[in-house]
Amino acid sequence: MLRLGTRKLLDRSFTGMGVLSIVLLAAALLILLAPICLRGISAYVFQGTVEFRRVALEKFQRGDREELKREQAAAARARQPVFAALAAFKKDLDAMPFAERKKYKTDFAAVQDAVKDLLGPLPGEEAPLLMRSQYGQTRWDRAQVKIQQVLFAEDYDFSGGGLGRKVLKPRLEKFRGTKLEPLFAAIEKNASEMLRPQWTFYGRFLTDASHDAHFFGGIGPEVLGTLYLTLGAILFAVPMGVIAAIYLVEYARENRLVRVLRVCISTLAGVPSIVFGLFGLAFFINAAHLSENKSVLAGSLTLGLLILPTIIRASEEALRAVPATYKQAALSLGAGQWHAVRSVILPAALPGILTGVIISMGRAAGETAPIIFTAAVSVGKPLTLLQTFTQPTPALPWNIYNLCSEHVAVDEIRHVQYGMVFSLVLLVLLLNLAAIIVRARISRKLRT
Amino acid sequence: MNTAPSQPIVRLHDVSIFYGRVQAVHEVTMDFPRQQVIALIGPSGCGKSTLLRALNRMNDLVDGVRTTGRIELEGENLNQPGVDVIQLRRRVGMVFQKSNPFPKTIYENVIYGLRIQGVKDKSLLDEVVEKSLTSAALWDEVKDRLHTSALQLSGGQMQRLCIARCIAVNPEIILMDEPCSALDPRSTIRIEDLIDELRNTYTIIIVTHNMQQASRVSDHTAFLYEGHLVEYDQTDKIFTKPAQKRTEDYITGRFG
Repeated sequence: MLRLGTRKLLDRSFTGMGVLSIVLLAAALLILLAPICLRGISAYVFQGTVEFRRVALEKFQRGDREELKREQAAAARARQPVFAALAAFKKDLDAMPFAERKKYKTDFAAVQDAVKDLLGPLPGEEAPLLMRSQYGQTRWDRAQVKIQQVLFAEDYDFSGGGLGRKVLKPRLEKFRGTKLEPLFAAIEKNASEMLRPQWTFYGRFLTDASHDAHFFGGIGPEVLGTLYLTLGAILFAVPMGVIAAIYLVEYARENRLVRVLRVCISTLAGVPSIVFGLFGLAFFINAAHLSENKSVLAGSLTLGLLILPTIIRASEEALRAVPATYKQAALSLGAGQWHAVRSVILPAALPGILTGVIISMGRAAGETAPIIFTAAVSVGKPLTLLQTFTQPTPALPWNIYNLCSEHVAVDEIRHVQYGMVFSLVLLVLLLNLAAIIVRARISRKLRT
Repeated sequence: MNTAPSQPIVRLHDVSIFYGRVQAVHEVTMDFPRQQVIALIGPSGCGKSTLLRALNRMNDLVDGVRTTGRIELEGENLNQPGVDVIQLRRRVGMVFQKSNPFPKTIYENVIYGLRIQGVKDKSLLDEVVEKSLTSAALWDEVKDRLHTSALQLSGGQMQRLCIARCIAVNPEIILMDEPCSALDPRSTIRIEDLIDELRNTYTIIIVTHNMQQASRVSDHTAFLYEGHLVEYDQTDKIFTKPAQKRTEDYITGRFG
C-alpha cells in the first residue's frame, strides 16, 4: 500500500505530465501552422504593383481600364529616365572602340536584363514570347529583390582564399561618368513611382487559373482538382465501406473467412500510400484501361481504396456501439434485418461513421503518393465534370511538391507555394468543420 | 378468428431449447389461454426468458440456439423453417426488461411498426398514436410533446412508450420480459394497472422475478425450475395451495 501522500504526489505529477504534453502539442502545432499561415496569407494579401493590375486586366478582364491607363501613363513618366539612360548608353556603347566596348558589354547586358525583369519589356521592343517577360514584377516584395539586382552585382571575394565569399558590388562604380549613371539613382529613388505598389487583396487567388507555370494567376485548377479527387474518393469509398461494415457487423457469422477478411482490412490500412499509387496505375490504368492515361477517375478510385479500410473500421466501431436493444426492439416489432439496419441502427451509428469519413476526407485531400501515378500533372486547366473521367488534373498536394522541387524559377513563386500549402490546410479544415457541424446536428437530433 | 374463445391461443408441446449442448428448457408442454395474463416465475437461469423468447423466435438472434418440439400459435406450428418470422413478430409483440425506445421522437417510436409495414396515411397514423398512447396510459403526459425525443422521458414513461409501440401494431399476444425490474415502485404500479387493462384485449405472457407482482397481475402462473415446468395452474391456487413442494418453497422464499 502506498501512503496517502505518495499517492497524491503521483496523482499530481501524472496530471502535470498530461497538461504538459498537451501544451507541448499545442505549441508544436502553433509553431508549425503560424509560418504556414503567415506566408500563405501573403499569396492573398500583398502589395501589388501596376504590373499586377495590368495582368488582372489583360488576362482576367478585371479592373478599370481607364484607371489603369492613367496609372500606366504615370508609371511610364517615372520610368522614362531609366529607359532614356539605357538608350543613350546603348548608343554610346555602339560607337565605342572594340576594346572599350568589351569592358562594358557584359555588365550592361546584366543591367538591362535586370531592368527588364523589374519593369517589363523596354519601350519599342518586340513583345517577348514568354509571358513572364511580358510584364514587370507584379509584387512589391519581389520587386525589391529585383531592384537589388539592378543596383548590385554579385561577386566573389577571393582574398580569404578557398571558394571565396559572396559580396555585393554596386554597379554604379563601373558606370560612373557614363550616360548610364543616372539610371541607378532613378531606380533607387523612384522605384515605387515606377511600379506604384498598392495593398491588394487577391481573393481570386483560390479560383483563378494560373498563367505561365504559376508566374501569374492563382491556384484554381489545383483547388478544383483536389476537390474532384477528394469527393470522388469519398463517393467511391463511403458507400462501399459502410456496406462492408454493415455486412461484417450485422450479417457475417463469425467464421474463418470473416476473420481472414478482417485481417486483410487491417493490413490494407497499413499499406504505404506509394504502393496504393503503383497499384492504381497497374490496375486501373494499365490493366483495366479506365482511362488512356492518368485521370481524375483513376486517382479518385486509388484514393478511395486508400481510405476504404479507415472507413470500414470506423463504421464497424460505430455500428457495434449501437445498443443491441435497438435491434431487438426493431425486430420484435416485425422489422426485417435490413429494415432494422436502415431505420434504426444506421441512423444511430451515423455520427460515428461520419467521424471516420471526416478523417478520411482530410487524408484523401492531402495524400500525394497515390495521385502521382494515377491523376496528377503539374500544369493544367480546370476540368469540367465530364473531363474528370479522362483527363488528369493538377492537385494541391502534388503541386506543392512539384513547384518547390521541379519548377524553373522556384524563388520567383514562393508565394504561390505557400499559398497552396495554406489553401490546402484551410480546405481540409473547412471540409472537417463542415462535416463536424453536420455530425453535431445529427447527434443532437438523436439525443434530444 | 375461427377458433372458439375457450381454445388456448398458444400450445407448447414437448418444447426443449438448447444453447449449444446445454439444455436450458426441458420438454415443456403447456397451453396459454386467450386474453389472460400468464406469469412465468422461477429462479434466475431457470429458462423462463428463453421460453418466452421462443414464442416470437427472438432466440434466432442468438447463435447456437436450437429449439425442438411444437409451438403452436392458433394451431400453426411456428417452430419450423419456412415460418414468416416477420409476420409472426407482428402477431406476437414484446416488451423488454430494459426499456428500449428508439432515439427518435415519441411519435416516430409509436408508429415504427406501422412505418415498416409501409403505412403512410397521416390521419391513420395520428389515430394509432393517440389510441396506443391512451391504451398505454401515456397520452395525457406526452400529448403536447409528441415530436420531442423519446429519450427525454422518465424510465417508467419509456417503458409505457415501449408498450404503446408494441400495441400499435395490434398484436394478439404481448410478451413481457420482466418489464418492471428496472422501475421504481410507483412506475411499477402504473405498469401493473396497465397490464390489468390490457388483458381485455390481449393475451399477456409476463416473466417476473417479483412474486407479489405475479400474484397481483396474473390469472395463471407457471413455475419453472432448472428448465422444467414444475407447476402450472390458476394463480390463486399456485399462491395458496401449490401442489408441488418445490413451488411452495420458492414462493415462500425458501430458495431462489
